[in-house]
Amino acid sequence: MQEDTVDSDADRRSFLTRLSVGLAGLIGAVISLPPIGYVLSPLVRKPPRKWRDVGSLEQFPMGETKLVQFQDASSTAWAGDTAKTGAWLRRTGESEFIAFSVNCRHLGCPVRWIKDAKLFMCPCHGGVYYQDGEVAAGPPPEALARYPVRVVDGNVEIETSPIPLTTNDVA
Amino acid sequence: MNAIKSILRWLDDRSGFSDVVLPMLRHVVPDNARWWYVFGSATLCAFMVQVISGIALATTYVPGGEAAYESLLYITNEAPLGNLLRGMHYYGATAMVILAIIHMTQVFLHAAYKYPRELNWMSGVVVLFVVLGMSFTGQLLRWDANGVWSVTVAAEMAGRAPVVGPAIAHLILGGETVGGSTLTRFFAIHVFVLPGLIFAGIGLHLWLVLRHGISEMPNPDQPVEPDTYKEDYESRLEKTGVPFWPIAAWRDTVFSVAVMALIVGCALFFGPPALGTSPNPSDINANPMPDWYFWWYFAILSMLPPELETYVILGLPVVGLIGLIIVPIWSNKGDRSPSKRPWAVGTVVFGFTALVVLTIYGYKKPWSPDFGVEPLPAQLVGSSDPAIVHGAQLVHQKGCMYCHDVDGYGGHRGPELSDIGHRLNRAGLIIRINNGGYNMPSFAASLTAAELSDMVAFLQTRTNSSRQVASDSTEAATP
Repeated sequence: MQEDTVDSDADRRSFLTRLSVGLAGLIGAVISLPPIGYVLSPLVRKPPRKWRDVGSLEQFPMGETKLVQFQDASSTAWAGDTAKTGAWLRRTGESEFIAFSVNCRHLGCPVRWIKDAKLFMCPCHGGVYYQDGEVAAGPPPEALARYPVRVVDGNVEIETSPIPLTTNDVA
Repeated sequence: MNAIKSILRWLDDRSGFSDVVLPMLRHVVPDNARWWYVFGSATLCAFMVQVISGIALATTYVPGGEAAYESLLYITNEAPLGNLLRGMHYYGATAMVILAIIHMTQVFLHAAYKYPRELNWMSGVVVLFVVLGMSFTGQLLRWDANGVWSVTVAAEMAGRAPVVGPAIAHLILGGETVGGSTLTRFFAIHVFVLPGLIFAGIGLHLWLVLRHGISEMPNPDQPVEPDTYKEDYESRLEKTGVPFWPIAAWRDTVFSVAVMALIVGCALFFGPPALGTSPNPSDINANPMPDWYFWWYFAILSMLPPELETYVILGLPVVGLIGLIIVPIWSNKGDRSPSKRPWAVGTVVFGFTALVVLTIYGYKKPWSPDFGVEPLPAQLVGSSDPAIVHGAQLVHQKGCMYCHDVDGYGGHRGPELSDIGHRLNRAGLIIRINNGGYNMPSFAASLTAAELSDMVAFLQTRTNSSRQVASDSTEAATP
């Protein structure tokens, strides 16, 4: 009789322990899952790509490479200048353009166009690219990324794209 | 008077200060450590500077988009004491990193991480990495052009990871590009997540100090024997130990005052780091550079062969963390004295030498083109031949001097050209310039035949003897 009480007491304790641990886990899951989903949301919420006007045809002389700026697709109201992206736009034909991303393919620093040398140079670790974006020297593993570009009604338009990562090519 | 006393007595009784806290403060510590053990408490003091100055800055700082930069300008230039507070937060961070590393080095050299203090060491290593995380995220909150590009570089580094890389990169950016959601993430991490981890880590670290006691100075005749260590330690402490408060603690307080004076002094005299240009990712004239704590890493990444790069970018932090954490697992007993641990001393000497050399390298960054290089002055060109004079102009204009040093002018990415006239003949120079070479672009497409000829004519005059003649003739020309 007495042993029964001890047993049922032990059962009761282990049940209550499991109940409390389980309920605490439930509380933890309920309060932490929405925040985790919220923080991870940039992975699922892909902004639609948008074509941005960067200037009229006559602003870009044949064969020249000029810096243009455009607004990202996902610009939030408070982003201001931080939602801008730059591109090196090179006119190669009557209505043909190449829009190079300004990000060096090594670690993403902004490359500069050195007009007289016809080279893009990166200030961070000395990556150098030819005018067609191919690697000329330094650590970059691949050529400068390109944005989709088109001419509509005499205006040049660039399509917004994610920052080019060495592991996922743009376009 | 009596009323105040009785209120204090009531508070003491109900809170348990005399029963619980005082014994902790007065716990017995070895009497021989003296000034060696002041670095841990000074790190804590620097952390308090960070918490308090950080809270004050957060009352004005706006963690979003363009407004962040405006609020930084306001804090720096207009807000009363704002400049001082930014300075204290910056030099406090510097002090915290330096002191944490000195503290760790002292513990390592004295092998205080051995039994039973293994977890003290491990918790300290984790806190050190969180502190480095604080310095990186803190640098980004200085949201100028450098901040924008530092985030980009961080995202690109993370993006190198296999499979999950792009996802991590987009989480860092808060989207697919730098934008309105980027800074707010780093703000939340810098002011909530990482400080929470540091508080928890320091709490554990201090609790372990109380639980295992402060280690004695290493004695070459007393190697650590886990079986008998605790008894031996207790019995030695009974004979020679002193209460931490105030016999040992006064040194900690004195040193912490010196550290605080240094932080405030630097903030007053040097001021906070200057803000760069505004955070506009389409402004390509930025010259991204990490804060000094990471210059050594910057240097390593620049000098590695590209095929190893991804492994080092991703592997070094992980290997560093694991390598440090397993130190007490590797060896938790035996000698503590540095005189009997030559490998430990060698590791510290090697580590610090590498750190200093790489940091200097990271500061000088000879691998980066020098976009600000001036044209060669006429007396260094040393010729009135129009072809040579034109060639000297071209060497500047075509960007050669961004990477090549000519008589003290130019970058250091490529070989110096001051005596290239001795090393390559005309044909050799033409081949090299047209075709490029290891790490040098081909210039065939950007030079006309006449330009190439002038450039080569100039380069052929770059010999030690020609410079001698040039400087002689300038001296002769000066009356």
